[in-house]
Parts: sequence; C-alpha cells; structure tokens
Amino acid sequence: MQLHKHWWKILSILLLTYTVIAGFLIEVPDLPIIRQSIRNLFFHVCMWFTMIILFTVSMVYSIRYLRNFRPSDDAVASEASHTGLLFGFLGLFTGMLWANFTWGKAWTNDPQLNGAAVSMLVYLAYRVLRNSLDEVHKRAKVAAVYNIFAYVILIIFLFILPRMAEGSLHPGKGGDESMTVKGLDDRMRLVFYPAILGWILLGTWILSIRLRIRRIRERLQEH
Amino acid sequence: MIKEIRYLILKDMMLEWKQKYAINGILLYILSTIFLCSLAFEGLLEPDTWNALFWVVLLFAAVNAVSKSFVQEAPGRQLYYYSLARPEAVILAKIIYNILMMLLLSLLFYLIFTLFLGNFVKNPVLFFLAVITGSTGLAALFTMISAIASRTNNNSALMAILGFPVILPLLLLMIKTSRAAIHHMSWEGSGLWLLSMGGLIIIIITLSTLLFPYLWRE
Repeated sequence: MQLHKHWWKILSILLLTYTVIAGFLIEVPDLPIIRQSIRNLFFHVCMWFTMIILFTVSMVYSIRYLRNFRPSDDAVASEASHTGLLFGFLGLFTGMLWANFTWGKAWTNDPQLNGAAVSMLVYLAYRVLRNSLDEVHKRAKVAAVYNIFAYVILIIFLFILPRMAEGSLHPGKGGDESMTVKGLDDRMRLVFYPAILGWILLGTWILSIRLRIRRIRERLQEH
Repeated sequence: MIKEIRYLILKDMMLEWKQKYAINGILLYILSTIFLCSLAFEGLLEPDTWNALFWVVLLFAAVNAVSKSFVQEAPGRQLYYYSLARPEAVILAKIIYNILMMLLLSLLFYLIFTLFLGNFVKNPVLFFLAVITGSTGLAALFTMISAIASRTNNNSALMAILGFPVILPLLLLMIKTSRAAIHHMSWEGSGLWLLSMGGLIIIIITLSTLLFPYLWRE
C-alpha cells in the first residue's frame, strides 16, 4: 500500500479538529427528546462507517491471501479486523451513551443493536480462531476462510434483516425520515460528511501504524 | 462429481450405521434435554417460551450432531478421500448427509418435544416448513463451521464460538416464522421469511463449496 505519504494524515487531523470544534459549536436543530445529543451523530455514526470499511478491507485482503498466499496480505487482514473491533467498541460505547439519554436505557433489543453485537461477536470469534492456531500458514488460511464466510453472512444480516423487522428505535428505519440523510439539516451536513472522511482516514492511519509495529516485531523475532 | 458425492454420502451412512454410538448419543441427548426442560419449565410454558425453547434445544442438538463431521475419521483416512474425490464433492456430500441427518433428527425431536411439552402450534404446515428449512440451514452452516473448527485443536468449544454469531440471522428468521405459525392461522408474510431462509441457505452452501478447497489443502 502506498500509505507512507503524509498528506492524508494531515487531512485527517484537520478534519477531525474541525469535527470536534464545529461539532460542539454549530447551531443544531432542537428536536424533541434528542435535543443537543444530536451532536453525537458526528461521532457515533462515523464509528460504524469506519468499522464496516475496516472489516471490508480485512475481508478483501483475506481473499487476496487465498489467491496468492502472501503473508503480508494476511497481516493486513488481521490488523484491519483488530482496528475494526476498536472502532466497533467505540461505536457501541458512544451509542450506549446516546441511548441512555434518549431512550432511557443503555441497551435495547433493537435490530441495529443486535447487528452491532453480532459483528463484534464474529470478529472476536475470528481473533479466538487465530489464537488457537499455532502454525503460521495454517492460521492464515483457516482465518481467511472464516473471515470471508462470516463477512458475507454478516453483511446480509446487517443490511437486510433490520429492514424486515417490525420497527426500530433508530431513526430512518421505522418510516420516520427526520434523521435520515434526506432529512438531515444542511448545517449538520457541513460537519457530518467531513467527519465521516476524517474518522475513516484516522482508522486507516491506526491500521498502518499497527502494520508497521507488526512488521518490526516480526523482524525482531527473526534476529 | 455427482457420482463422487453419492458414494461419499453412502460411505457416511454406512459408517454411521456401523458405529451407532454417535447417532444414539444425539438421540439420548435430545431425549434427556427435553425431559429436563419438561421438569424445569413445569407450569411456566407459554406459547412464546415453548417456541424459544424448541429452537434453543434444537440448535444445541445440531451443534452436537454436526460437530463430529470432520473429526470422527482419522486424518490419514481423510487424506485418502481427498486423493479420490474433489474437495467440492467432499464438502457437498457432508452437507447433504448432515441435512438428511438433521431432517430426521428434527422430526423425531418435534415428536418427542410435543409429547413432553405439549403443542401450541396453530398452523402445523407452516411450523413444519419452518422446522424443515430451519434444520436444513443449521446443518449446512454448521458443516462448514465444523470444517473450520476441525483444523484447530479445540474443536468443540470453537464450534459454538464460531457458529453462534453466524447462525443468528437464520435463527431469528426461524423463530419469526414459527412464532407466526404458533399465534395465528394466516400465512401473511411467512412466505417471504421462508424464501429468505432458502436464499440464505443457498448462499451458505455456495460459500462453503467455494471456500472448502482452501481448508483441506495443507
């Protein structure tokens, strides 16, 4: 990967600084119940986007590994899933804070929440599977197979099943359009879109640092 | 290919018939779990609890029945099969065999379950369809998971860890369909659920056939 250039890291810092400052200072529409907690949109929702993108990266590199068995592809798959889990937990945490404020409970049996919980479980299981195999090539191969298998089922679950459920507390799923992309306030869009890009860039940055740490560790073990 | 699959299925059936302890073990497991539930849930059973219990116990029976798929035979003999048949044939034969076994088991399970815990179903045809598609799905998915888990040293624990998150979409659909069958006679919406279950099963089988060749090639 051509990740050693610096401009996108600077862009990430700038975008996230803008997100934090503007996210807390701009005027937001004062909706009932949600009130000022609507600012969580710039953090909570972006965590999920970043997580899904990192899991997708992990799956793509698993496919690449199965095509030509390069250890570096397996390294990316493993570290991307790890970084994705980090963002998943942050998304869960920010979501629970938000849910506690608006719905009165930190955890509800919402299809969206179940989807989040299942994706966490899948990738935690992926880690357990990796740890239970000692031989490097076997581990890479078996983990890649599970990664692809689980990812496809997970995506089906995340994007199809919530739409079949009776209704969701999440906006935009139960026919309420006030908070979907279409109903989003224009001022908020100005922060929301840069925020998504900023968080995704940050995720990529963390991933590239993790990969470098891994490479250094492997080189140290060789000597 | 079809010939290979047929012979592999026949081989599995004969093996099962020869060493009956495996299938007997599962039958005993089903019987004792249901008996346990009938004692533990005495007087507490409502239609929805009955439904949840049905699927949870069937889920564990499926894990137990399918988990031995790739570990009951010695690695050396597995290697021998691989030299005779294509990997796609090996996994498809296992999936078909496990589906047949699960169909048989789940029908028996349904009989014993209603015997001990009563029957709340209002739309038996729909419930029956849910059981058939559900156990097909369970068998197909856990066959692939057991193939993955058999590569590790910790087969039985990993089966549950790897399998439960991925079985959830199917399980939710099964519970939804059977809940509809318990509460009312109408077929409204359940056709879509059965169809999406069928779609999921086809996706699972396709993925298994695509990915399994990478698993056995060491």
